[in-house]
Amino acid sequence: MSQFSSELKRIIWVLAAFGVLAVVTPLLDDYTQTIIMRALVFAIMAMSLDILMGYTGLRSMGHGVYFAFGAYSAAILISTMKVTNLLAVFGVGLGLSALVAAFLGFLAIRAVGVYFLMITLSFSMVVWGLAYRWHTVTGGDNGIAGVIPPPIFGIPLTNPVAFFYFTFIIFMICLALLYLLVRSPFGKTLVGIREGEARMKMLGYNTWLHKYLAFVISGTFAGISGTLWAMLNRFIAPTDVELVTSVEALLMVALGGPATLVGPVIGAGIIMFLRYWVSTFIERWYVILGATYIITILYAREGILGKIEAFLAQRKARGEADAAISQVQEQPEELRT
Amino acid sequence: MDVFTLHNLIELSYNSLSYAALLFLLASGLSIIFGVMRIVNLAHAAFFLLGGYIALTTYRVLGTALWTLPVAMVVGGGVVAALSVFIERYFLRRLGQDTVAQVLVTIGFAFIFFDTNILIWTGDNYMLHRPWPLDDSTVIGGISFPRYRAFMILAAVLAWAILYFVIERTRAGAIVRATVDDPQMARGIGINTNVVQMSIYALGVFLSAMGGVVGGSFLGVAPGLDFQVLPYAFAVVIIGGLGSLTGAVVGSIVVGFMDNFGTALFPELSYFALFAPMAIILAVKPTGLFGRG
Repeated sequence: MSQFSSELKRIIWVLAAFGVLAVVTPLLDDYTQTIIMRALVFAIMAMSLDILMGYTGLRSMGHGVYFAFGAYSAAILISTMKVTNLLAVFGVGLGLSALVAAFLGFLAIRAVGVYFLMITLSFSMVVWGLAYRWHTVTGGDNGIAGVIPPPIFGIPLTNPVAFFYFTFIIFMICLALLYLLVRSPFGKTLVGIREGEARMKMLGYNTWLHKYLAFVISGTFAGISGTLWAMLNRFIAPTDVELVTSVEALLMVALGGPATLVGPVIGAGIIMFLRYWVSTFIERWYVILGATYIITILYAREGILGKIEAFLAQRKARGEADAAISQVQEQPEELRT
Repeated sequence: MDVFTLHNLIELSYNSLSYAALLFLLASGLSIIFGVMRIVNLAHAAFFLLGGYIALTTYRVLGTALWTLPVAMVVGGGVVAALSVFIERYFLRRLGQDTVAQVLVTIGFAFIFFDTNILIWTGDNYMLHRPWPLDDSTVIGGISFPRYRAFMILAAVLAWAILYFVIERTRAGAIVRATVDDPQMARGIGINTNVVQMSIYALGVFLSAMGGVVGGSFLGVAPGLDFQVLPYAFAVVIIGGLGSLTGAVVGSIVVGFMDNFGTALFPELSYFALFAPMAIILAVKPTGLFGRG
C-alpha cells in the first residue's frame, strides 16, 4: 500500500512538472522555446535508450541509427518528395526505424558486453557513412533543408506554439507508453534479464526474444524522436547523426539515472541546455561539455535522480528516527528502560 | 576515372598502402590498449591530433630540416603519452571494467582537447611541412610516387617491427602477455598489473600521437580531424580483431585499400562499403578476424 502511494506521488510530481512546462513554455522567448523543444525531442531518444541500457542492460552505441532513419526519412519525404500528410511521414519514419532495428537486432543481440557496444558502434558508422557520402539521397555534407512540418488535422505546425504543443503531446504519449511498458510483466522480465540472464533462462523465459523485442521497441521510439528533430530544425545533416549523437544519448541516460525513465528526460534537458544555452555566452563551452561527461561518471554514476532519491531517503530516515526519539521521550518515566 | 589500367592500379595501390601505414600508426595503439586493458578509448584520435599540433610547435621552434622530423615524432609522442599517463592514473583506473563509463570519460577528454587545441593553436587549418627530400616525388615509368608516402610506410613498418619484437621476444613483452592472459595470476607472481596497464596505455597513446605527427604532413592538422579519423581507427581494429597486433596490420591494409578503391569506384557508397563489412564481421565473429575471445 505504501509502495503504491509513493509511486502515485511520484507520478503526480512528474505530471505537475510537465503541466508547468506546458503552461510556461509558450510565454518564453523563441530561443528558449526552441531549446525546450529540442530537449523534449532528445528526451524521447534518451528514454528509448533507457529501455535498452537501463532496464535491459544492453549498452548500445548505435542509437543514432534509428534517429537517423526517422530524421532522414522525414526530410526526404517532406523536402524531396513533397509529401504533405504528416501521419504518413510519421508512419514511414516509425515503420522504417522499426524495420531497421528488427534487422540489426538479429545481428547484434548475440553479442554481449563490450562486443555489443562495438557492433552497435559499427552500425552507427555505417549509417553516418551513408548520410555523409550518399549525396543523391541524403544531400551528403550539405544535408537536406526545407523540412517544413506539414499541417496536422488542419492545424498549421509552422506556428512555433502549435509545434511546441505537438511535440509536447507526442512526448507525453511516448512517456506514457514507455512507462506502461516498464511497469508491465514484459518490463519486469527485462529487468530480470539484466540482473541475471542465466536465472531467467532457467525459469523458462526466452531471453533472446525479450532482448530482441526491447531492441526493436527502443529503436522505434528513437525513430520518432528523429522525425521530430528533422521537422523541428527544418534541416538534417550528417553531423546530427554522427557517433557523438549516440554517445550523447548514453550520457543523458547516465547523467539522469538509468532505469528511471524520468532521469534520462532530466539528462536530456541538462545537456540540451548546456549545448544551446550556455554555449551562446561561454566561448569555451566544449570544455564544459567534456567536463560534464567526466564529472558525471566520477561523481554521479547512479545519475542525478539517484542522488536526489538517496538524499530524500536519508532525510526521511532521519525524520523517522527523530520522531521515534521524541515518542520515547514523551512516554511516562516508568515505561522507559 | 578508369581504375583498371595498370598505371592507375599501381598508383592506387601505392596510395592505399601508404594510407594503410598511417592507419596502422593510428589504430595499433587502440587495439593494444583494448587487448590489455579492455578500454574502449574514444580519445584515441584526439591524441593523434594533439600529436600533430605539438609537431607544429616543434617545427616552429626547430625549423624544417630533415632531422626535425624524427625529433618531432618523439617529442609529439612523448608529450602526449605523458599526458595520457595522468589521465590513466587519475581517471580511467578509477572506473574499473565499466565500459560505458570508459566511453563517456574518454570522449569527455576528446571534447576538452578539441577546445583547448583551438585555444592554443587557433582554429586554423595547418599542413605540416615535408622536409627535403620527402617533399618531392620520384617518377618511375611515368608514374609519380610521392616520397612522403614511402616514408609513412617505412615509419609504420618500423613501428610494427619494434612492437612485435618487444611483445614477443622480450621480458617486458612476456609480462604484458601474462597480464592479458590471467591478470590475477600475474599479480600473484608479483607483477604490478597497474604499472603494466599504465605503460600500455602510454605506449598506445604514444603510437597514436606519433602517427599524428606523421599524418600532420599528409592529412593536415585542423579542429575536427580527430572525429573524422576515429571511425577509421575503429574500422581497423574491428576488422582485424580487438587486441591483436597481426589483426591491426591486416585491418589497416584492408581498410586502406577499401577506402582508396571504394572512393575511386563508387564514391557515394564508399563509406558503406567500408563500414558494413565491419558490422557483418562482428555479427559473425564478435572478436574480429584475429581477435581472441
